[in-house]
Amino acid sequence: MGKIIIFNIIRFLVLLVVQVAVLKNIGYYNLAVAFPYILIILLLPIGLSNLTLFVLAFLTGLSIDAFYDSMGIHAAACVALVYFRIFFHKITIELDEQASFNTPSWGNMGFKWYGTYILLSILIHHSVLFFVEIFSFHNIIQTLLSIALSSMFTLILIFVISLLTYHKKSRVIT
Amino acid sequence: MKNLWLFLVRYNAFFWFILFFVSSLALVVNNNNYQRSSFINSSNVIVGTFYTNVNSWKEYMHLAESNKDLLEENALLRHRLQELTAIDTTYEPLNTDSIENSSRYAFTVASVINNSVHHRNNYITIDKGSLDGIEKDMGVITSNGVVGTVLNVSSNFSTIKSLLHPDTKISVSVDSTATAFGSLVWGDNTESRFAMVRDIPNHVKLYIGQPIYTSGYSTKFPKGIKVGYIVQTDIVTGGSFKDVRILLTTKFEKLTHVYIVKDKLAKEKMELEALNDNNG
Repeated sequence: MGKIIIFNIIRFLVLLVVQVAVLKNIGYYNLAVAFPYILIILLLPIGLSNLTLFVLAFLTGLSIDAFYDSMGIHAAACVALVYFRIFFHKITIELDEQASFNTPSWGNMGFKWYGTYILLSILIHHSVLFFVEIFSFHNIIQTLLSIALSSMFTLILIFVISLLTYHKKSRVIT
Repeated sequence: MKNLWLFLVRYNAFFWFILFFVSSLALVVNNNNYQRSSFINSSNVIVGTFYTNVNSWKEYMHLAESNKDLLEENALLRHRLQELTAIDTTYEPLNTDSIENSSRYAFTVASVINNSVHHRNNYITIDKGSLDGIEKDMGVITSNGVVGTVLNVSSNFSTIKSLLHPDTKISVSVDSTATAFGSLVWGDNTESRFAMVRDIPNHVKLYIGQPIYTSGYSTKFPKGIKVGYIVQTDIVTGGSFKDVRILLTTKFEKLTHVYIVKDKLAKEKMELEALNDNNG
């Protein structure tokens, strides 16, 4: 259990630093920006209670916001993302698994589940993020285009990160 | 009562979602009123220190280029100094008016410790704050163009609303003869190299490559700082005004050092102009 907490804290710090020190400066104008920091929220242990998840997601969002000077925007996107995560876990994971503290990673859940999970999560997160940032449905084509391009960018990066840290069936029975 | 409780427990995820999402949105909306965001923004000491560290690494990459810029500026200043010493000052008594005017502006050098060009609203953070005499709404320039205006100030850091921000407007004139005036805005561009000058009267003849200067009408920028060159002239918006597209001389991606302009007579000018409103 202690190991899981430490792993999650390290993951949080590494992804946060990568996001604000490196990826913040990389982008194709305002069109495509990558936000792989959402892995922090996606890879939290399965068995966490809803309230814990929401608080952690909200704080993650606020930390990113502090560095992006965009108070609340990332927090809103992260909260929407975690709501989707709860919904997705409820309908796809079996009950006994739902009580465990396994990490919902590629190695544990298989490619099909993980791929769907990541793709849908990215779409939800980026849609909320861009719509809240722009705050209007004016010029919707450009918004949708940036959502699509950014999602692709993030998807590629998240798969690279997942491949680098891939190891099969590392289940912790607690 | 029990049923209500069961209902809340069963759909707790949804209610938590509503609660957290609404509070995030409240933060976003409050944040639009930029002044209130001073709690979590780059002026914050922790974030500021972090960026200072990251930036000390980044500066190395642009060292050669900023060196070159400084040398060029040095050369220009030396040239002007030469011109000044060549003037025979004993010929006529010193004109105190012009001395007053030339020392009207004071410049403070600061390093850029955080910069963005890819967003819709771009901000810059610098390592000088109220302890160094920086105040809100001061103008910010580089050796070769304008950068923006100071937005928030903490004791050791300040944030700058970059020219690449939809709310920034700077008064500029076409050519140094100042025959026509317009306002410089970023417009709906997504590129940091280009900007628009709006509301130039239709009768003014413009050509491609013509330089644009600051007009000196506001207290933020001195007169005659080069802003950019016209690259496209025939953007007609209807009415008796036209817009032009200009290539900025400031390279926003490679900003390392900026100068903050302090107008010593700003207060006097403001007070005098405020009298107009009282009488009107």
